[in-house]
Amino acid sequence: MDKTQNNKAWFLVLPVLVVVAFSAVIPLMTVVNYAMNDTFGNNQFFWVGLEWFEEMVTSDRLHAALGRQVLFSAIILAIEVPLGIFIALNMPKKGFWASLCLVLMSLPLLIPFNVVGTIWQIFGRVDIGLLGHTLAALGFDYNYTNDAFDAWATVIVMDVWHWTSLVALLSYAGLQSIPQAYYQAAKIDQASRWAVFRYIELPKMQGVLLIAVLLRFMDSFMIYTEPFVVTGGGPGNATTFLSIDLVKMAIGQFDLGPAAAFSLMYFLVILLVSWVFFTVMTNLDRREGK
Amino acid sequence: MARITLKNLAHSYYPNPTKDADFALKEMDHVWDDGGAYALLGSSGCGKTTLLNLISGLLRPSQGRVLFGETDVTDSATADRNIAQVFQFPVVYDTMTVRDNLGFPLRNRGMDPAYIAARVKAIAAMIGMEDILGRKARGLTADAKQKISLGRGMVREDVNAILFDEPLTVIDPHMKWELRTQLKQLHREFGHTMIYVTHDQTEALTFADKVVVMYDGRVVQMGTPEELFETPQHTFVGYFIGSPGMNLIDAKIEGTTAHVQGAVVGLGAAYGPTTGRTQIGIRPEYATLTAGEGLPMQITRVEDVGRHRLVRVQAAGQEISVIAPEGALIGADLTHVQFNPAKINVYADDWRVAPLAGGGV
Repeated sequence: MDKTQNNKAWFLVLPVLVVVAFSAVIPLMTVVNYAMNDTFGNNQFFWVGLEWFEEMVTSDRLHAALGRQVLFSAIILAIEVPLGIFIALNMPKKGFWASLCLVLMSLPLLIPFNVVGTIWQIFGRVDIGLLGHTLAALGFDYNYTNDAFDAWATVIVMDVWHWTSLVALLSYAGLQSIPQAYYQAAKIDQASRWAVFRYIELPKMQGVLLIAVLLRFMDSFMIYTEPFVVTGGGPGNATTFLSIDLVKMAIGQFDLGPAAAFSLMYFLVILLVSWVFFTVMTNLDRREGK
Repeated sequence: MARITLKNLAHSYYPNPTKDADFALKEMDHVWDDGGAYALLGSSGCGKTTLLNLISGLLRPSQGRVLFGETDVTDSATADRNIAQVFQFPVVYDTMTVRDNLGFPLRNRGMDPAYIAARVKAIAAMIGMEDILGRKARGLTADAKQKISLGRGMVREDVNAILFDEPLTVIDPHMKWELRTQLKQLHREFGHTMIYVTHDQTEALTFADKVVVMYDGRVVQMGTPEELFETPQHTFVGYFIGSPGMNLIDAKIEGTTAHVQGAVVGLGAAYGPTTGRTQIGIRPEYATLTAGEGLPMQITRVEDVGRHRLVRVQAAGQEISVIAPEGALIGADLTHVQFNPAKINVYADDWRVAPLAGGGV
């Protein structure tokens, strides 16, 4: 059978093409353009090929920032995931208290990033902050502005405060979906509390936990606003994570070429990790559905 | 293993039950003998599962006590009662292999690994899963999962009782029959007390020595399949057991006769005066079609159900079922339906009335 050819249909996809072009393709290509050229004033561009990429790949500064970034993501995942699960396990299952807990838990998630940063920036100050002043009064030598360890601790505690709720809420949803029959069977089988967690709760939470880990990994790997507001990346470069370093390079030093090459590689790393997560998750679903 | 005694047991899902209807399980006294194979029969929502959960401790009764042997276990946790229960829908531990699933209750009790391996092997042979012991339970079909659940229920040898809550609902018919036979065999071999909940009378009658019939939160009768058939204590038992159920006809009782809409039906025994709504109950198997004796009737429908024919007739202002033996001619000359007097039961307000002693015809 002959198909009707109607090329006017292409006009219908035009709005989408235009929107995607302006919101994604053109900005990305601009960055690619910057990454391949050296620029001076008056919009003069000199083709340098892959030189900026070579420079960035071998840059000690970038390696250091990447190291701090990986360490930061690893630490907050190691704290937030177990803590979130623990909170979810101990939350009331229904009734007034369950609703109250859910509302309280979601509050930190609703606060804008720079507000979170400002809250902790003030909270941690030794002169006027409740936390900083109390610690100082108790005799701790706490000062996040000139002690690298204190700065790290502050940034990590802030992230845990801000985002553990997300893991807890997702885990809670996973736990709520477990049919009562499983707990009953476990009682009949004389399973210990640990066995119930290990063989019933954890396997049933697996799907939501993967989503939680993926979200927390991506967000923490791209973190910018909160540590920037609290420590500005200092003391020194102690809390300069990838995004902060990128902004310093691009806007602070106006090194557009290296910064563009840097941001493309940054983007590819996140894309790669997300793809790995996605593949693992869909494979799990497939096994589940068999 | 022990005898299970229920003393004044009642349960309500409301925190402060006041009226009778609040109770899912009405007050009852009941004894399950050690080593008995019981079937618990009743329509959906009559309290069967509630009763099982009270015995296994998944629920705490609103009132009354549960005793295993002489020990009061009302306040003991499920795990301390050492009892097995198989649920209606399969529960397996997804991440474990079939082998680990079957051995789980034994491992939780810290049994010797060699013993566990031997038990798992025996149970796997019984449920026909020896060749997939190494597979993960995730991804198995629903009936394979249910077989694992059954196997887990049977793996412990020293349980006080095994409770089955409609365990074969998801299993296909031919496997159902085989598993039921194996449960029966297991019962003979180990002598566990078994309580088997079902709403399928065939399943109940083939599995159990004693059948317990529940209706609206009450045990209305416990007896052998024969007792349930011949002398149902409650009209629900008459209606629920048998296919089709017992015919119930409003009647007025006077000594050894019943008056049914002006006609007289002879009874096998003498009865005292009755109160409330009085009915006579007769099984379709004990009714015959005649050419002139009994109640006048009109045939409305004849169904051939294989070994016999089921005749629906209109008599005494209602439909009555009659089972006609195979080969019997059902012609236009049959105008009456007659009941075997010895097989008629009398009911007042749904409960059976015992005949007067020595009041035979």
